[in-house]
Amino acid sequence: MLKSQDLSSRILSFSLRLAGIFAAQENCFQYLQGELLPTLFGEAGPLGGAAWTAPTVRSGWVQGLRTLARHPSALRFLAACGAVDTIFSLQGDSSLFVASAAGQLLVHVLDLAMRGPAEGRRGPRARDWPACAQKIVCHIEDSLCSAATPQVTQALNVLTTVFGHCRGLWTQGLWVRLSPLVARLLEKDPVPASHSLVDLLLSVARSGPRGAAGGVGRSSSVLSSDRGLWETLAQTLSHLSPTQAGPLALGILKLQDCPQALRTQAFGILLQPLACVLEAAAQAPGTPGLLEGAAGDSMTVDTLLSSKSACVGLLCCALAHLGLLQPLPQRPSPWPQVPLLGAVVTILRLCSGSAAPTSDVGGRLCAILVGCGRVQRAALDFLGALSQGTGPQELVTQVFSILLEYLMSPESSSMVLKKAFQATLRWLLSSSKTPGCCDLDPHTQQFLRELLPVLQKRLCSPCWEVRDSGLEFLTQMTRQWGGRTGFRQALLASEVPELTRQLLRDPESYVRASAVTATGQLSGWGLRATPASPERPGAQQESLLGELLHILSTDSEGFPRRAAMQVCTEWLRDGRADVAEDPERFVAGVLQAASRDLDWEVRAQGLELALVFLEQLLGQRGSRCPYSVGLPETAPPGVLAQALQVLCRVQLFEFAFRALFDCDRPVAQKSCDLLLFLRAKAASCGSLQEAGDSPSVASVEATLQRWQAGEQGQPLGYLEPGAIVAVLRSVDLEGLRDTLAESSDHVEKSPQSLLQDVLAAVGVLGENEADCY
Amino acid sequence: MYCLSGHPTLPCNVLKFKSTTIMLDCGLDMTSTLNFLPLPLVQSPRLSNLPGWSLKDGNAFLDKELKECSGHVFVDSVPEFCLPETELIDLSTVDVILISNYHCMMALPYITEHTGFTGTVYATEPTVQIGRLLMEELVNFIERVPKAQSASLWKNKDIQRLLPSPLKDAVEVSTWRRCYTMQEVNSALSKIQLVGYSQKIELFGAVQVTPLSSGYALGSSNWIIQSHYEKVSYVSGSSLLTTHPQPMDQASLKNSDVLILTGLTQIPTANPDGMVGEFCSNLALTVRNGGNVLVPCYPSGVIYDLLECLYQYIDSAGLSSIPFYFISPVANSSLEFSQIFAEWLCHNKQTKVYLPEPPFPHAELIQTNKLKHYPSIHGDFSNDFRQPCVVFTGHPSLRFGDVVHFMELWGKSSLNTVIFTEPDFSYLEALAPYQPLAMKCIYCPIDTRLNFIQVSKLLKEVQPLHVVCPEQYAQPPPAQSHRMDLMIDCQPPAMSYRRAEVLALPFKRRYEKIEIMPELADSLVPMEIKPGVSLATVSAVLHTKDNKHVLQPPPRPAQPTGGKKRKRASDDIPDCKVLKPLLSGSIPVEQFVQTLEKHGFSDIKVEDTAKGHIVLLQEAETLIQIEEDSTHIICDNDEMLRVRLRDLVLKFLQKF
Repeated sequence: MLKSQDLSSRILSFSLRLAGIFAAQENCFQYLQGELLPTLFGEAGPLGGAAWTAPTVRSGWVQGLRTLARHPSALRFLAACGAVDTIFSLQGDSSLFVASAAGQLLVHVLDLAMRGPAEGRRGPRARDWPACAQKIVCHIEDSLCSAATPQVTQALNVLTTVFGHCRGLWTQGLWVRLSPLVARLLEKDPVPASHSLVDLLLSVARSGPRGAAGGVGRSSSVLSSDRGLWETLAQTLSHLSPTQAGPLALGILKLQDCPQALRTQAFGILLQPLACVLEAAAQAPGTPGLLEGAAGDSMTVDTLLSSKSACVGLLCCALAHLGLLQPLPQRPSPWPQVPLLGAVVTILRLCSGSAAPTSDVGGRLCAILVGCGRVQRAALDFLGALSQGTGPQELVTQVFSILLEYLMSPESSSMVLKKAFQATLRWLLSSSKTPGCCDLDPHTQQFLRELLPVLQKRLCSPCWEVRDSGLEFLTQMTRQWGGRTGFRQALLASEVPELTRQLLRDPESYVRASAVTATGQLSGWGLRATPASPERPGAQQESLLGELLHILSTDSEGFPRRAAMQVCTEWLRDGRADVAEDPERFVAGVLQAASRDLDWEVRAQGLELALVFLEQLLGQRGSRCPYSVGLPETAPPGVLAQALQVLCRVQLFEFAFRALFDCDRPVAQKSCDLLLFLRAKAASCGSLQEAGDSPSVASVEATLQRWQAGEQGQPLGYLEPGAIVAVLRSVDLEGLRDTLAESSDHVEKSPQSLLQDVLAAVGVLGENEADCY
Repeated sequence: MYCLSGHPTLPCNVLKFKSTTIMLDCGLDMTSTLNFLPLPLVQSPRLSNLPGWSLKDGNAFLDKELKECSGHVFVDSVPEFCLPETELIDLSTVDVILISNYHCMMALPYITEHTGFTGTVYATEPTVQIGRLLMEELVNFIERVPKAQSASLWKNKDIQRLLPSPLKDAVEVSTWRRCYTMQEVNSALSKIQLVGYSQKIELFGAVQVTPLSSGYALGSSNWIIQSHYEKVSYVSGSSLLTTHPQPMDQASLKNSDVLILTGLTQIPTANPDGMVGEFCSNLALTVRNGGNVLVPCYPSGVIYDLLECLYQYIDSAGLSSIPFYFISPVANSSLEFSQIFAEWLCHNKQTKVYLPEPPFPHAELIQTNKLKHYPSIHGDFSNDFRQPCVVFTGHPSLRFGDVVHFMELWGKSSLNTVIFTEPDFSYLEALAPYQPLAMKCIYCPIDTRLNFIQVSKLLKEVQPLHVVCPEQYAQPPPAQSHRMDLMIDCQPPAMSYRRAEVLALPFKRRYEKIEIMPELADSLVPMEIKPGVSLATVSAVLHTKDNKHVLQPPPRPAQPTGGKKRKRASDDIPDCKVLKPLLSGSIPVEQFVQTLEKHGFSDIKVEDTAKGHIVLLQEAETLIQIEEDSTHIICDNDEMLRVRLRDLVLKFLQKF
């Protein structure tokens, strides 16, 4: 087939990968290396020919070798056919996929060459190393010394992968050998490939040379290389520009153990931009800064003032990095919560134009930052993260006042508002955590009084994103505070519940969905909209349940229906009053609506509701832990028979059996779980009689088979409990569960599928099918 | 440039340019009316019973003219307007008036009817039509509430000093005038000549003026005023936002020597989108609570965009059953005019016309009875009036028009809301005579004109050599002195002007274009002196008429006219001497000295001077002065030597 002149590049690529798979087995490799492998991977192959111009062929070549290189014989083959040089050149391939795969292949080959019995004895000197590894390392050394940045980047990326993925002892020697070259990069101005350099240093610091030696067995050489690494990291921090150094500083602070001096230096880098802002906006000289003595770092100030994009970029990175660091246990201690809060409030004020800095730098920062949505979003995110700590009351008051300013401002974009709502929620929740106090403190109560009119206005916004985030905020707040008197009173005195109810008919589906969730939450806490307003005495309070069922059966979009199903499930689970009155009717109605739904998430949620109902009838499922051994307890026969009657009346089985053959796997899986649970409950009960006019088990099975084949038109009809139990026993639910547990592409990945692909390819070529067999 | 108005968004400047006198806009500052009591349509006991104001010493001689309301003092008289300066320049010398948008022509009748103006006014059709509506509405508002009293005592400078602020600080009160009449409006408008975008209008052959779309309002324009070698751009009230008018033409503003920049947004910190959001939210909240919403507005402009927003919003906000009323003597015309100026609209709206659909959705609101319009509160409106409702009506100053009635009617209930959308008046000052007020007040000014960020981008794009702007734009607003972003930032810094100031505009070019008649051109024999540059000598007669200069062939030498006794002066033949060759080139001093030495001159000394060099022939007591445009040989009566030296000099020059 390979000799064919007009072989398509796709077929050739496929052949290369297939040959790689075969040759991964050493015996198979021995068989193929005589002719086929050199033809495919050697110089006689597509290499350098016309086919080589297709990226897919080059990619196939790399992938084939990657699979093939699993045994020492493969290494010899690679050396003999000159593949390593080709891999070197492919590192700079025009196709990014090929270039990246070539880099990874190089690491794989190096790892393969260096591992083995002699691994532990290999020192940093090259003469101890196998020829193939030597060649690769020399190539990396050359690249590191190259004047061309792309070459340096390639070498750094390869090394990053080595230290990130290879766990062999040899990596330690490699670092000893290469670290001087890496350190030399810092002498250049500007530092080439700084991103890749940061990645490499962090990769080395996280694992490899230090970690591998570990604990007791640490030799002095390791310690010295360790010290070298910290020095290199410190040097890098001071050589890189503030923007480039940020990710490295964050990486260093995330490390489990590293010298305190380095951590202080790294934290300083992250704090620097905020310190500059704080200093520039300080009203009076001598205001305590974020960094003692180093606040006016000229490089950072220069970056901040050089251009709008540089300023915004640096501030956003610093805020994001500090936000990531904040919740970590290894974050620097003491954590400068108060100055950080001050800085972020200042940034938000600069962005809104409400700050009035007196200094020249402050004035210029104000002009750059005013109205900048990106910085506003980053600052609000970080402000939210800072809610985990505390601050003096005065500062907390400032936080709430700036949050309120953002929530009120017509200038806040929808995304900024969303972040402002999120940050407000976090601060509200954290400020009300006072132990032993079940109601809100006066400050919070006052804030709520100011906040609710704003929320009211936002719920009327013409921008749907704003209405949506307002509703999300309301839902979250109610979830946490629904039981607190102060919140309840303030909310009920406002028009928020009524507006929420009205948003159930919003033209935007996301808003309707959020309104459904919010209304569900409010109603769960008994926070219903006040009865019809005096201006509209005629307006009747419709039943909320009816409204939800209406949405479930008529809404044209999936999101509101999903939300409605979730609310229904919650109501059933919580035993809400109007559901508890007649749960059977409620479940029947909801399941009927869900069974016709085109959205799989609605159907899956329907099964969740069915399961809750089932548990209420038959008792809890056993432990939900998948590893627990215990079987669910069986129900007493009397209870079971009664329960099955109810389940039949609400047509739960029709719904569940249909779902069993649902084209969406999660629905089928959920249904399978539900039926298995039911079967286990019914295990002890074999005495249920089948009624005469009920369809026989055989006919039910026949219907189910037709459903499985895709003919879902025929209904199951009314079933007697006895028939149900029989059917449950006869269907291979376990088998079905195992099949469903397979990943969705298991068919594509099976050998059978590969064979079909081969056949299809041969079919394209028009050759004899029989030969292939 | 003569600056006649101190209001940056209601400009009135006179440009003297290339022997023409061009007035750029004639805006009318109506903020003066805020000092007056409102004119109620229906007798208002509250207003008529306000106490008169008396001086601290109890002297009450002004109590007929000045009334006090909640600590503020108002003039009880027909409202008056602050006119542009009329003393700075003789306005009868103005040749043309260029109007940029309908808000900037409200002082036109004062200029055209009372100053001896005899020129032409240029404006686009929508500007004239909508401008007429605005004037008509204004005249109607004021004339339908006749007020016998006209206060003038308080204007006396000695008395004014004693009055409380803001009356004390009001400027040029003696020049304030009552509103014009409809007759004056018609006469003024008859002097307008309609123009279209990009149309080139020649002014006396010296200057060409061209209106360009400015994107702010229907028919709003910026103007290019250019001669052959100078270009002035006049940017007034422009917008880069996508609203209803045609987008702004920026490209044509490039390569300006001077760009006069006026009419930027009055609320640079408020983004129109955010304000529209505020407007809708507050409107919905009020109406849902059973309250009424009052929107004081002009009958044209932002109202079209607001109605469009509401068209999209009312259904989603559940306000479909709420009536919207638009009350103005010109409401009907305004709504209809907007639909017929298709060629002046943005692309989206233009395409609707071909469907065919009305370009603005307010047509549908009217059709479905959601929006109703009335000329005034009297008549049909009182029959149809249903609450809660939303009323759009004028005037935004709250001093006259139907809005006064609604303020009196709804002001006492906190359920109602007045939403200010027009940025021309301070809402607090507008509300002052209605205090104490229970109704809610929301200020969401919607000003779509350029903000400072957009200006900075615009200036980078069009790169004028100089920017001229009102003083208010050259520094941050006084209340926010740290906001360096709220001023024009350009290099070289903008030249600023204030009311009653005369500014010399910095033009650098000093050329005039001269045409050559074809037959004269034919006779020329150009000689290439260096690649791409040819010279020719021309003998011609320069003919100048209507600021156009033409070179015509000289008259032929007249034949001897023995038969005639008298010769007319015009028949005189110009002296045609034998022409000496023209010289060009420069003299390289070093080579010249070498040449001199070769020809036997010694003891040569060269001195550098500011303008060139002096070559001293000490022995011959001769001096050769070489400068950029002249060479002098100064020798002591030795003609032979002079001629010799001259010939040596000539060797280095080209002759033709």
